[in-house]
Amino acid sequence: MAMIEIKNLTKFFGAYKAVDDVSFTVKKGEILGFLGPNGAGKSTTMRMITGFIPPSAGTALIGGCDIIEDSLAAREKLGYLPENAPVYPDMTVVRYLDFCARIRGFVEPERSRKVEETLEKCFLTEVTYQSIDTLSKGFKQRVCFAQSILHDPEYLILDEPTDGLDPNQKHEVRQMIRQMSPQKVIILSTHILDEVDAVCSRAIIIANGRIVADATPDALRAQSPSHGAVCVTVGAAAPEPLIQQLTQIEGVKTTEVLAQSDGDLKLRVYPQSDTTVIADSVVASLMQGDVAVKSVFVEQGRLDEVFRNITSNSH
Amino acid sequence: MNKQSLRNVWAIYTRELAGYFGSPVAYVFIVIFLLLLGFFTFYVSNFFEFGQADLRGFFQWHPWVFVILVPAVAMRLWAEEQRLGTIELLLTFPVSLPQIMLGKFLSAWSFLGIALLLTFPMVFTVIYLGQPDMGGVISGYLGSFLLAGAFLSVGQMTSSMTRSQVVSFILAVVISLFLILAGYPPVNAVLNGWGAPMVLVNLISDLSFLTHFISMQKGIIDLRDVLYFASVIGFMLFAGAVVIQNRRIA
Ligand SMILES: Nc1ncnc2c1ncn2[C@@H]1O[C@H](COP(=O)(O)OP(=O)(O)O)[C@@H](O)[C@H]1O
Ligand SMILES: [Mg+2]
Repeated sequence: MAMIEIKNLTKFFGAYKAVDDVSFTVKKGEILGFLGPNGAGKSTTMRMITGFIPPSAGTALIGGCDIIEDSLAAREKLGYLPENAPVYPDMTVVRYLDFCARIRGFVEPERSRKVEETLEKCFLTEVTYQSIDTLSKGFKQRVCFAQSILHDPEYLILDEPTDGLDPNQKHEVRQMIRQMSPQKVIILSTHILDEVDAVCSRAIIIANGRIVADATPDALRAQSPSHGAVCVTVGAAAPEPLIQQLTQIEGVKTTEVLAQSDGDLKLRVYPQSDTTVIADSVVASLMQGDVAVKSVFVEQGRLDEVFRNITSNSH
Repeated sequence: MNKQSLRNVWAIYTRELAGYFGSPVAYVFIVIFLLLLGFFTFYVSNFFEFGQADLRGFFQWHPWVFVILVPAVAMRLWAEEQRLGTIELLLTFPVSLPQIMLGKFLSAWSFLGIALLLTFPMVFTVIYLGQPDMGGVISGYLGSFLLAGAFLSVGQMTSSMTRSQVVSFILAVVISLFLILAGYPPVNAVLNGWGAPMVLVNLISDLSFLTHFISMQKGIIDLRDVLYFASVIGFMLFAGAVVIQNRRIA
């Protein structure tokens, strides 16, 4: 069965517990976003999954192969992009990828074909013969990413894959990850919330080495306090009567003023619970009055609010 | 070893070797190596005045030149990987640690071998001067190559202990110096003078690189000397692997 099973991974650095009893399973087709503030233990967890550092306790199974007991077999199945994309500066791009292809067991003529194919896939053809130390940060990142997918691994571990890229490059990398995902198990770490929305089918939030949330991005967003709230913008009006009018509506908890300028008044109306739908009654109530309604929308909730709530509570 | 293991060692080997020759430091190293040996041989040993058609006055300086230059070749082997962070990829590739150690070692050893081969004008000089004992020349070169390998294995071990090339260099020089001096006749004489038992003095000098190196200069390839160097190299590579395995990455 194609999956990665993480079992009770724990890591002590001296007396400091960087990763605390982390367990989860990722299946084929899933893209797991590993979220957390800096220093949460994301990289340390990934380093244990890939066999770079030995866990203090627990282990990881890569497609059934134990990364400690059966390390070589497990490592064969993995592609890994470490944080900061380390690559040998004194090699050219093509030589570096050729080296990686040898290590992955490819022999000519397949080796050259693999290298060429990977150069194309990662938009590296223009720098094929360039020395790596002369490349920009974005290109270095892509060279290292190329290395991780060269052997078309079933299991892909990416530590901050879009770190240091410009928005266009970010978009390209995310697209690549999404395209590959149906045949793969992918774990990527990030502290960028947009990224989770853009690529991940599931998110695990980790804080102080512990898992504090594990859900789809939508489910996480639903935990946001603003989830289900109705935002309205109306033409100039005195706020107080309007607030009173809206708060009286059945199912509404409170109403707050978001912004008030000479032309417009922007309000947010909160429902009493996650499941109460208030949009229709809010609109109906507004239509009765004589204010000009300029826009109405229902908030989906915001990941950054959830992220902040969850990761600051756990201290 | 199966085919893939050999391929892995070969991949590491060629990558490292290309690294040596891709950097100007390698050529600077070779020039310094040749200049130092030439200086000692011709000015300090007075090679020509000696008037002998053998290479003893040339080989006798090798341990002292190696003790400084070989750690300089070895220091980048692991320290650089740790500094760049590339060690993280290297150790998560499907390559075993012994394969990596071996590939790295062999590449640096080949580089030293090439530097050694470039001293070939010395051989022509002695042939020109007279009738040298070619057996002695060959066993001398073999001994020198083995000695370089032994120093190199020490350097690779110290390189695995640190991310700083300077620290690696200093440690390697200190350990190597110790391993030469243990067999340096003046040092043995001092030990004797202190009243150390003969058995102990012999044991210490038997452990020294120098004793086995000198023995190989006599024109006889003694299997025991070869085995000695092979086991030093084997032990140091193993120790390096243990250090890497237990490293505490920062
Ligand atoms: N080799 C190490 N020695 C000591 N502490 C470490 C080491 N590596 C990481 N840490 C600590 O472990 C914690 C988690 O680090 P890391 O996994 O890199 O976090 P993240 O990738 O989530 O930003 C941090 O507090 C960091 O300082
Ligand atoms: Mg990190």
